[in-house]
Amino acid sequence: MSTHGEWEAVIGLEVHCQLLTKSKIFSGAATAYGAEPNTQADAVTLGFPGVLPVLNGDALRMAIKFGLAIDATITQRSVFNRKHYFYPDLPKGYQITQYELPIVAGGKLDIELPDGSTKTIGITRAHMEEDAGKSLHENFVGVTGIDLNRAGTPLIEIVSEPEIRSAAEAVAYLKKLHQLVVYLGVSDGNMQEGSFRCDANVSVRRRGTEKFGTRTETKNVNSFRYVEKAIEYEIERQIGVIEAGGVIVQETRLFNPDTGETRSMRSKENANDYRYFPDPDLLPVVVTTDDIEKIRATMPELPEAKRNRFMQQYGLPKYDASVLTAEAALADYYETVVSTSAGDPKICANWVIGDLLGLLNKQSLEIGASPVSAAALAGLVARIADKTISGKIAKEVFEAMFAGEGSADDIIKAKGLVQITDESAIAAAIDEIIAKNPGQLAEYRGGKDKLFGFFVGQAMKATQGKANPEALNRLLKEKLAG
Amino acid sequence: MSLTADQIRQVAHLARLELKPEMTDAYARQLSNIMAMVGQLSNADTANVSPMAHPLDMHQRLRLDAVTAPNLREAFQAIAPATENGLYLVPKVIE
Amino acid sequence: MHKLSIKQLSEGLRAKQFSSRELTQFYLERISRYEPSLNSLITTTAERALAQADAADAAIAAGNAGPLTGVPLIQKDIFCTRGVRTSCASKMLDRFISPYDATIVEKLDAAGMPMLGKANMDEFAMGSSNETSWYGAVKNPWDLERVPGGSSGGSVAAVAAGLAPVATATDTGGSIRQPAALTNLTGIKPTYGRVSRYGMIAFASSLDQAGVVARSAEDAAVVLQAMSGFDPRDSTSVDRPVDDYVAALDRPIKGLRIGLPKEYFADGLAPSSRQRIEQAIEVFKTLGATFTEVSLPNSPLSVPTYYVVAPAEASSNLSRFDGVRYGHRSESARTLEEIYKRSRGEGFGAEVQRRIMIGTYVLSHGYYDAYYLQAQKVRRLIFDDFKRAFESCDLLLGPTATDVAFKLGTNVDDPVAMYLNDIYTIAANLAGIPAMSLSCGFVDGLPVGMQLMGNFFDEARMLNAAHQYQQATDFHRQLPKGFE
Repeated sequence: MSTHGEWEAVIGLEVHCQLLTKSKIFSGAATAYGAEPNTQADAVTLGFPGVLPVLNGDALRMAIKFGLAIDATITQRSVFNRKHYFYPDLPKGYQITQYELPIVAGGKLDIELPDGSTKTIGITRAHMEEDAGKSLHENFVGVTGIDLNRAGTPLIEIVSEPEIRSAAEAVAYLKKLHQLVVYLGVSDGNMQEGSFRCDANVSVRRRGTEKFGTRTETKNVNSFRYVEKAIEYEIERQIGVIEAGGVIVQETRLFNPDTGETRSMRSKENANDYRYFPDPDLLPVVVTTDDIEKIRATMPELPEAKRNRFMQQYGLPKYDASVLTAEAALADYYETVVSTSAGDPKICANWVIGDLLGLLNKQSLEIGASPVSAAALAGLVARIADKTISGKIAKEVFEAMFAGEGSADDIIKAKGLVQITDESAIAAAIDEIIAKNPGQLAEYRGGKDKLFGFFVGQAMKATQGKANPEALNRLLKEKLAG
Repeated sequence: MSLTADQIRQVAHLARLELKPEMTDAYARQLSNIMAMVGQLSNADTANVSPMAHPLDMHQRLRLDAVTAPNLREAFQAIAPATENGLYLVPKVIE
Repeated sequence: MHKLSIKQLSEGLRAKQFSSRELTQFYLERISRYEPSLNSLITTTAERALAQADAADAAIAAGNAGPLTGVPLIQKDIFCTRGVRTSCASKMLDRFISPYDATIVEKLDAAGMPMLGKANMDEFAMGSSNETSWYGAVKNPWDLERVPGGSSGGSVAAVAAGLAPVATATDTGGSIRQPAALTNLTGIKPTYGRVSRYGMIAFASSLDQAGVVARSAEDAAVVLQAMSGFDPRDSTSVDRPVDDYVAALDRPIKGLRIGLPKEYFADGLAPSSRQRIEQAIEVFKTLGATFTEVSLPNSPLSVPTYYVVAPAEASSNLSRFDGVRYGHRSESARTLEEIYKRSRGEGFGAEVQRRIMIGTYVLSHGYYDAYYLQAQKVRRLIFDDFKRAFESCDLLLGPTATDVAFKLGTNVDDPVAMYLNDIYTIAANLAGIPAMSLSCGFVDGLPVGMQLMGNFFDEARMLNAAHQYQQATDFHRQLPKGFE
């Protein structure tokens, strides 16, 4: 973690998270990513005259679900407001958002810092609002093209308290938040597609002082790495300005990923007066305690609880449990392997974390796209457990499975990889090797223990690696001892 | 409550209205009269009165999350001032 | 034929005395004869009307006719009509061919009513004289030098002149009732939420309500019946069954308790109008109604409250007209900022601009609490006044307008004087209650209207009282000279 001498950074993050609904927050237009421009912009999205918004019930339920996951208060009577400004990607001249009465208020998120300690970051609020469209500057000379497919997509804007103190903490917070919304199934969290976007409010102050410095807001930083860079840059820039005797201007800045710098975007700044007032086309959103409890009942097991359970139930070390519960889909995969194979949970964990994730990462595949299903991996683990094959042979089988050559049993059969457990057969092979290598035998018996490995290698070779390693070791020791 | 021509220009900017210059003074006079009439509101005793945003004491109804709107881009863009390749066109936005 | 009631027209159609095509043709001919002197329509839709008439005739022949099948109407040009220009009387939307129908257009089409055309109105329904239309002022058929009232001036002028049996209208602060009063018609604004606002171009969303102007309460009842009902596309639409307005008309009104708000009979009401209303009260008494004086103490604040709430909502609602996706785009605009400012500067008339600026001002930083929030609180006080009044009476009765129709051009440069025209009608919009206007006589040959206000969803009772009054009087049957 970088330090800034006598300076301390004060960081608050605003995350815009798209909710995973099929249709828009106030209309029946589709929200799918990547459609032809304006083909998912209906009359409500386009702000045509006379058309009216009606709230998407699933968007509301997802926002509440998120609120429950961060231990927040669910506002039982929340209100939609209009926020006015003119911009071509904002079709009505106002954005429907929540202002004084957001649906979610006062939550918290525990983050883990690189040194292993835990810190609680307060979440001031999360409110529902509609996304804007996109302005496309490329491909045109002198004009901007407007695509309103994204306009009206439901968002929750999650506002943290200014309790983050470094770029690394900011990234830890964002990763945790990202994991949470994906776990909850309220967002796909796809950062490239803009489903999870971050604005960073950054200021600096001398350590030990209480008063906040003037903050800047860096907009729409769309990867964890960029957030880190942008914040780091902004902290250094602000310290530089102040130490040179300058003052920080409260402004909006834009991060340039190519240079790693932020720059002022003054053009959008000239004295906005948003003229918020309650949207008269929408009525207060009333949520009963019963509604909230119904939503609570649908809450999935959250990452921390799952990790702790994995440690207890499966006797896994914290590292394994953390890796396996990083994504709900991976955790589900692991649990299917354990329950289907009836194998040792730690061995199952080794297979999933080591072999499976290794190959998936190499090919940049998500767990959902794994060529080896959980049931198939369980089939392999079961063959190790019942001693049909050795762990070593299993690696070969797994690679074949990953390449799509069939199930573990098919491959074992096709390649004749069944382990030799018949001790008389192993003993015969050993006798033959000893007879062939009288010199080595004499040296071994003379005290050169290292030659044991040589005999194991020879025996494995003779049995094409199929000898049960445990039986082989035992018999070899007996026979070498004479 | 009286509004100056400058305030009129400010409000017109916020509302994105280009006023005919010769109208500014007339608007200032008329809006001042209107605001003077509206000023009677301050005489009302509204302590402990909750604001009323809506005549009906109802709450928001929820829609099912279903895609019901067909793609009508052609019909919508048939009446648009300027489009190309399905996009609405405006003069270059400088950021 | 234009003197017949909707019920009589419907009977004539079913009895094959005339076809819907003949009836529609008849009204289209009256339109071409009288329209040049009235300017009550922005668009005439003869082809659409005749096609609908033919469909209606087929339905009648097949025995599938409802009470409105084949009876033509005029739609106020604030309702979106698919494939037809929907201008809201604004240059901004002069070339706006709506890609969709308003819910009430769907409903009245489904009821089999051929649409003759789209009625002129004040621009974006902002006005009380129909002089703010980009398509020019509408004349009052009772005196062509006078205004028909507004904003539904085209709707009332057309129906009063017999260019259609009935027309739709909208009422944000009196835009159905005041013009109905000035043209001898019966106009009803139902309870807020009773008729869908979907596809009705918004002026002030928490006040706007669609209704109907007709030549009698009976005609109004049957059309309102067809327009009303829950619409899932409008969050403010009320999901409750619609009463049978027509069935309620014939009930005796003996024992009906009518309140007279004393503030509505104070200075400001023309003595001649007051006299006609007092005569109407006597008629109601002979029908068995009882009268008590009530007080609506905050009613003097209704105009200032309205002129904060309505412009605030309007300034927001009209932000969408920015020249980007539809509507007027200034030809001289080169930059984005110019597209916004010039398109809106050129596309909106002076009254719309004034209201946008007032609304922007009262919502802006530093003024919100003093104006907008305070207005919302006073709105509550006005609402409470009505709640109290309806504890002791069934209906309220008072004037609709301060006087008969005024001459064209009277108030065009004095917005405040113009706004005070709505002093008796605005409170019902702020409270959300139903209200209607019907004729109670004439002063110097010009109609005088009286207003009935009801409790929430009490349209049936109001229409019943109006119908009983119209059974006992014949003011509503009078037609303006030159349009008989």
